[in-house]
Amino acid sequence: MCGIAGIRDLSGRRTPSREELAAMARELRHRGPDGFGLWRGEGVGFAHARLSIIDLAGGAQPMPNEDGTCWVTYNGEIYNWLELRPLLEARGHRFRTRSDTEVLVHAWEEWGEGFVERLNGNFAFALWDGRTRRLVLGRDRLGIRPLFWAEHEGRFLFASEMKSLLAAGIDPRPDPLGFDQVFVLWTTVAPRTVLEGVRELAPGHLLVVGPEGTIRSRRYWDLPDPLPPGDLLADPGEAARRLRDLLEDSVRLRLRADVPVGAYLSGGLDSTAATALARRVTDAPLETYSITFADRDYDESAEQEAAVRALGTRHHRVEVDYAAIAEALPEVVALAEKPILRTAPVPLYLLSGLVRSHGRKVVLTGEGADEVFGGYDIFKETKIRAWWARDPSSRMRPALLRKLYPFAPGADRRAIAFFEAFYRDGIEHPEDPGFSHRPTWRNGMRNRAFYGERLREATRDYDPPADVLALFREALSRRDPLGRAEYIEFKVFLAGHLLASQGDRMSLGHSVEGRYPFLDHRVVEFGQALDPRLKLRGLDEKWILRRAVEDLLPPEVRERRKRPYIAPNVRSFLDGPGRRLAEEILDRDAVAETGLFDPGRVAALARKAFSGRPLGERETMAFIGILTAELLVRAWRDAVARRGSPIDLAAFPSRELPNGTSEERTTWET
Amino acid sequence: MGDLTIQQQVEQFIRDNFFYEGDAIDPDASFIETGIIDSTGVLELVAFLEETWGIRVANEDLTPENLDSLAKIEAFVQRKMAEARA
Repeated sequence: MCGIAGIRDLSGRRTPSREELAAMARELRHRGPDGFGLWRGEGVGFAHARLSIIDLAGGAQPMPNEDGTCWVTYNGEIYNWLELRPLLEARGHRFRTRSDTEVLVHAWEEWGEGFVERLNGNFAFALWDGRTRRLVLGRDRLGIRPLFWAEHEGRFLFASEMKSLLAAGIDPRPDPLGFDQVFVLWTTVAPRTVLEGVRELAPGHLLVVGPEGTIRSRRYWDLPDPLPPGDLLADPGEAARRLRDLLEDSVRLRLRADVPVGAYLSGGLDSTAATALARRVTDAPLETYSITFADRDYDESAEQEAAVRALGTRHHRVEVDYAAIAEALPEVVALAEKPILRTAPVPLYLLSGLVRSHGRKVVLTGEGADEVFGGYDIFKETKIRAWWARDPSSRMRPALLRKLYPFAPGADRRAIAFFEAFYRDGIEHPEDPGFSHRPTWRNGMRNRAFYGERLREATRDYDPPADVLALFREALSRRDPLGRAEYIEFKVFLAGHLLASQGDRMSLGHSVEGRYPFLDHRVVEFGQALDPRLKLRGLDEKWILRRAVEDLLPPEVRERRKRPYIAPNVRSFLDGPGRRLAEEILDRDAVAETGLFDPGRVAALARKAFSGRPLGERETMAFIGILTAELLVRAWRDAVARRGSPIDLAAFPSRELPNGTSEERTTWET
Repeated sequence: MGDLTIQQQVEQFIRDNFFYEGDAIDPDASFIETGIIDSTGVLELVAFLEETWGIRVANEDLTPENLDSLAKIEAFVQRKMAEARA
């Protein structure tokens, strides 16, 4: 796995300096600690920070085609490179390395923009085509790998993480609408970010900077439209067989690496299935990793033990307590680069640290199965609410919601009428494209009560749900309520939070690459072609997945009901290091100085939290969200302060085009 | 708090405890529809009513009919106090 960055002068004349490219790459060294590489051509420059996984000796980047007219800097894995390479060789392309990177440049030469549709994997790349003087950026279908860009002083800048753009001179000014998206929707939605002027290239998109400096982007992939009911795959036996074949192939591809591949094993269905499939398709011993919580309310050790015993892996654990969460939080926020409304990413960051401490770089994870196979409560909730909507006066229909959230604080028997009323929101409009998410979004809107003057003013006429629904209007118009819920989950929460703040950024924070067998696009497309009743059967989640892998699962896992993954939130900040951190960050003067939130209200919220009275769901979101937003502003300041620190160019091997403009002309031939 | 009406006291509690900003709360505005209080908040509200007016709120009293607006709460508290005196 790696980090990429680069600069294209939009007038085509000014060539970026090695120092500025090195400064951008330096910000990404956690993503790629094994070595840096720079390349410069006329008016363009690429940087790369490398984590070596395939072709350890020959895979250095940026990498050219045969004659140095095309260059690529790339982060990710093209799992089907072994299949693509002979196709390209048959058409006359010569390969110098045995890395997946080189496939990219030749595939570009051969197929042009359409090449990206042939790639199976996760990736973010930039290609320079010197023949047409075009810069092409691309990002994988679901958004596993990040890519941000900005225009600044006549130049186009791009990077895996926004901190690289700050290193290149972008000044960090909060985008109020980006913050509003996070507080209402839980994440920004590409192309918007929390930084003014900085854009995220949306998943499944290409972006081209033309020779005249024009910028255009286009979508090359989306979740496929639902099939007509008669064409859906509805036969359980056939569906389970086909899914099993697909998953075995997906896992087999994701075990391709020149270093050992491990697996996260939480004891839930998804990670246990991924691990079990890996055991099946390879004889290599398998190392697995999990989080345990000192607070037993969150702990899943017993299920993990059962899975480890059944699968015979060598298992490692990291125990997480309140202090560990609080102590890691500033670093987590600096990596996530947006506020988070719960602490759940933190243990994932500590988990990747455990993997790294065992000298490993690559892990399989079960992420994505909940989106593909109807695992989330919001899908059940949508199903129940859609049913309720057909008879809004029914008292029996909403009662099913209690079954759904038996442990939710709101499900306290005594307040059940209010609990149901919460989900009644929007019930009279089942045709609303945002029907599934209205209760959640309305909850998020309440966070606005804490905004300071400027944020409040700037977001007065902004409606984040409406904005997002407009962005996805066409795709949503072709789906039923459950299909819409899925689409929104893929595009908003998965892409913006789970794969980003809780995924890529947390694992690469410790130089560990996550691989996602359930997010192979063939698996995702298969999920969309399934009869919904095979995913959510009644209220039985991921029914078809369970069936496809049931022979591989220990009974403890097979029979287990889904438990949402949560970590201690406000509890981590009531005493010890967490309390000290929260008191410092939420201090009235500090909050006033940052200027995002209302200092008095934040102080009142902090008092209520520190009193030890349990906070409601909303107040918890606000507490963690404000704390991490404040930490983010500090992380920006730190990034700006690093601009001035000296750079040792010896650590940044550089290459130039044969007709390059620099004094240094290292030839590529080896 | 002696001079304040029940509605005023409850409104003040909502402002302080649920970080409600904005204009005066319409006595008939539904807390659920306006999103002022969620289901967790209801339990805090009930604890406040019990403490402030010395009433006992039974589980079956916890309904939107009794507690979903300032006006409903006032009527509910007065009824409970009357019952206690009777």
